[in-house]
Formats: sequence, C-alpha cells, structure tokens
Amino acid sequence: MAAMTPTAPDTEAPTRTPAQRRTASRPRSGASRGTGIWRGAVLALTGAYFLVPLLASFVFTVHVPGQGITFEAYTELLSADGFTESLLLSLGLAAATIALSLLLAVPALVAVRIGSPRLRPVVEIMCMLPLVVPPIALVTGITTVLRWGPEHLSRTPLYQTFLAVQNEKFPVVLVLAYTVLALPFVYRSLDAGLRAVDVPTLVEAARSCGASWPYVVLRVLLPNLRASIAGAAFLTLALVLGEFTIASLLGFQPFAVWIVSISGAQARMSVAVSVLSLLITWLLLLALSRAGTAPSTAAAAPATTSRKES
Amino acid sequence: MPTTPSRTAGGTSRRRRGPRTWLAALPLLAFTGLCFGLPLGAIAFGAVTRTDPADGATRLTGEHLARSLQGPYLGSLIGSVQLSALTALIGGVLGVLIAQVVVTSRSTALRSAALTASGVLANFGGVPLAFAFIATVGISGVVTQLADLTSLGWSLYSFTGLTVVYLYFLIPLMVLVIAPALEGLRPQWREAAQNSGASGRQFWRHVGLPVLAPSLLGGFVLLFGTAFAAHATAAALVGGSVPLVTLKIADALAGNVLTGQENVALALGLDMILIAGLVMAVYLPLQRRSARWLR
Repeated sequence: MAAMTPTAPDTEAPTRTPAQRRTASRPRSGASRGTGIWRGAVLALTGAYFLVPLLASFVFTVHVPGQGITFEAYTELLSADGFTESLLLSLGLAAATIALSLLLAVPALVAVRIGSPRLRPVVEIMCMLPLVVPPIALVTGITTVLRWGPEHLSRTPLYQTFLAVQNEKFPVVLVLAYTVLALPFVYRSLDAGLRAVDVPTLVEAARSCGASWPYVVLRVLLPNLRASIAGAAFLTLALVLGEFTIASLLGFQPFAVWIVSISGAQARMSVAVSVLSLLITWLLLLALSRAGTAPSTAAAAPATTSRKES
Repeated sequence: MPTTPSRTAGGTSRRRRGPRTWLAALPLLAFTGLCFGLPLGAIAFGAVTRTDPADGATRLTGEHLARSLQGPYLGSLIGSVQLSALTALIGGVLGVLIAQVVVTSRSTALRSAALTASGVLANFGGVPLAFAFIATVGISGVVTQLADLTSLGWSLYSFTGLTVVYLYFLIPLMVLVIAPALEGLRPQWREAAQNSGASGRQFWRHVGLPVLAPSLLGGFVLLFGTAFAAHATAAALVGGSVPLVTLKIADALAGNVLTGQENVALALGLDMILIAGLVMAVYLPLQRRSARWLR
C-alpha cells in the first residue's frame, strides 16, 4: 500500500502537467522571465542589506588590523569589568518582569473571558495604551514621580518605599516600568491563546466534574495556554535584555547600558557583546516562532494525512 | 435534552461568581493605574504647571509647552518627524516590494524563512543594532575601510546614516504587517477582473489598491510611530549631532540643567505622546477596517 500510493500519481502526472504547463506559460514566458530576474534582484539586495552588517560585525570583532585573526574580544568578555553583574541584573529583572506581568495579566484575562465580559474593553485599553507612550516619555514621568519622594514625602513611611524601589542592587522601579512596557505584548499573546480555546466550556466541564477553582486554573486552563504564556515570556525577556532608555536615564546599569558604557574604551568587545546578544535574542525569538507554529502544523497534519489516504 | 440543564447550571454559576471574577482583574487595573497612570499624570501636570521656588506655590502656565515648540526644541521635533516620515515612507515601499516578491513566490520555504526572519529582525533595535552598524559602516567600520566610503562623503553619524540604520528594523516590520494583506488578495479577484477585460493597471487601480489601502496606510503609520519613539539606537549612534526629540529629552533629563528645564522635558514628552496618540488613533481603526476584507 505504502509503496503503491506514491507511484500512482507519478505515472499520472507526466501525462498531464507538461501539457498544462506549456499552455499556461507560453503566452507570457518572456514576462515571467523578466519578473524572475526582478524577483531575484530584490531578494539578493535585501539579503545583502540584512546580512552585511552581521558579517561585518563579526569580522570587526575577530580581525585586528596588523595582528590578524584573534578571538580575544570574546574570550576576554567573562573577565571584563561589570559583564557578569550587568548580565545577572538584566536576567533578574527579566525574571521578575515576566513573573509580575503574568501574575497580573493571566487572572485578569481569564476573568474577563469567563465572568466579566463587560470589563474586556477596559482591560484591553489599559494593556494596549503603553504602546502609545514612547519609553522616553514614560521615563520623564517616572523621574518626576520619583522626585516627589525626597521633596514631599520625606517624613512619611512612603519615603522608605521610594528608596527601596530604587535600590541599586535590584531596582524594583525598572521591573515596574518594564512590566508596563511588556503589557501590550503579554496581552496580545495571552489573548490569542485564550481565543484558541473555548474557556467557558472548559471551565464548566471541569466545574461540573467537581474540580475546585485553583484546580481549574492550574490544571485545566494553564496547560492550554502554555504556548502563549511561553510566547509572552520570551517577548518580555527579549524586551528587558535589550532595554536601554529607561535604565540609562534612571541611572542603573543593566546589560544594554553596560555595552554602551564600555564602547568608548573597548569598541571591539562592545561589538562582540552586541553580536552575542543578537544571537541569543534571535535564538529565543526563533524558538518562539517555532512554538507559535507548532500547534497549527499539528492541526494541519491530520488533514494532509487524510488527504493522502483518500 | 442534556444541553438544557447544563446551560442553566452555567448561567447560575456564572451569576454566582460574577463579583469574584471581577476581582481577578483588579490587580492589573490597579497596577496600570499606579505605574502607568501616575507617571502620565506627572507628565501632564508638570508640563502645564510651574512651582515658584520663592513661595512654593504651583501655578498653571503654558510656558513650558510654548518653549517646547520653539528654537532647538522645535527643531528636534521637526527633525524627529522628518526622519520618521522619511524612514516610514522608504521602509513602507521597500517592505511592500519585498513582501510581494515573497508572497507571490512559489517556494513555501522562502516564504516561511522570510516571514520568520522578518519577525526576528523587526524586534532588533536598540544598542546592538547601533554597534553592528558602527562596526560595518562607522568611521573604522569594515565596509567603510574596504570600500573607502569616507572619501565618498559617507557618514554614519548623520541624518542619512540614521535612515539607513532605522530601515534595518522598519522594513521587516512592514513585511510582517503587509504580508497577510497581500496574501489576502485572492487570485480569483484578479481572474475575475481579467475576465471582465480589466488590464493589470485597472485591476490595481480599482480592486488591489482600495483593498490594500487601509493596510498600507496602517503600516506606514505604524512605522512612523516606531521610528518616532526610537531612542536607544540614535543615542548609541549619534549622541547629539542629529536633532531628535528623544535625544533632547534625554539631554534635559540626564544633564544637570537649569531649573525649569525638566519641565520642558515633560512638555516635550507630552508633545511626543500627543503625536504618538494621533498615530495610533489613525492606525487602530485602519487595522480593523482591513481585517474586515482580509481574512
């Protein structure tokens, strides 16, 4: 059976397709060759524009004029001043931001789906509004608010909160700002995930089987949202690792700020770190796009197999 | 038979847990109100008030907003708008071209590779991008040395240089935005037009462009907004040699400037929010309109 199915169309195909193709393509074969060249030119130019900076950056980091090829820019990274600290700070901030944004958004979005549809536009607008405010404008507002601490609140317990929030070791204020910036992406990702499953039916089914509310959320809803939660987390991670504006203007030194701070003295190393951080971010996003397409290919697979069988 | 009881059961339980689900959305709303609303309020309040250092009284004033629309500040706003409009236009046109080539190609491998790459590249901005371009076409960049670009009058640290860098993430963004719209142009529409005797130009004039117009304009506006808000790339690249509003705000915030200057930064921030808000007010309805045609 398996050996027969592929041969059957093969014997049929040559008798039909060449004739069809000839009649279809002959009248405008010249035109299609022209568009073929044009198409190739566009793709080649595009490829060059997007690849040359990457290749050139790599060459820049390993080729020292007069010395030849050396990988020092990469090997010296680990011992570089501030590298580990800033990287760890960025990763810590990212973890806290992911946790906070998911803790805030998942219950709200699930609640809006099952019980309070009238709240939905409110939640959507609240989550999407940060797109309208450029980070640099947000940071002007944050600095103003932070200045209220010493100016007006120095005698109240709130003042201690203001200081704690700006702790050098772990600036909570950055986590709060990054969560605001990440909300639109988290919202979109979770909303798409929730759209794909029939939440009220799932919840009703689980509830009528006697499941408790925590059980419903943890064991029924979250597994269905796994892909979109992972997507939201990846996007947030990429956002926090690359964020420069808010951190630098508030005077903290996570990864992106550190790269700029060393660029004057060690240009080669700063480019090397940029290349590395690019690769890491890209791998993350590639994994994310894989995860995003996985369900659709899984859904498409039965269709193709059934077509083959028929 | 079995549907009726379950429906009533769902109805009663929904009524019962109504208030509780409402509570689950509360932390999110409280958080955005505090961490987003408070800074926004501070911007708006600071932009239109002035605290007298002598008696500590706060008065309403239009002075900061007026100053943010004068002299070098106005120049930086205009510079930002010009750069964003130019890059959005070039990026939009090139993005549509590339998307059209990718969408109409018969190779599905090329299509998925191009779309994945666009998704990745559109998220690539900020500091690493700036350094990649410095290493490539900066003063001692690899390509600059190879092709002797400096003698050709090339400078990365200029308006043109920034345009080239911004296009690196704007073009993929346009490809991402416009590819679904181009895919949504059904071949049947074209065939129908051809069968009724329309030329290629007539098809685009009366069918293609009207259907695509909301997506095209929406894409342009989105690119404009993205370029307008970009700060990190420009900060790592040009410092202060190109007048951009984001760089001016950063200067006013970071430097220990004259008193009252930080209020000008707030006013500039407010100007930016108004422009970006305008952009989004155009983009969102357009996106909804194009979604109606293209599904």
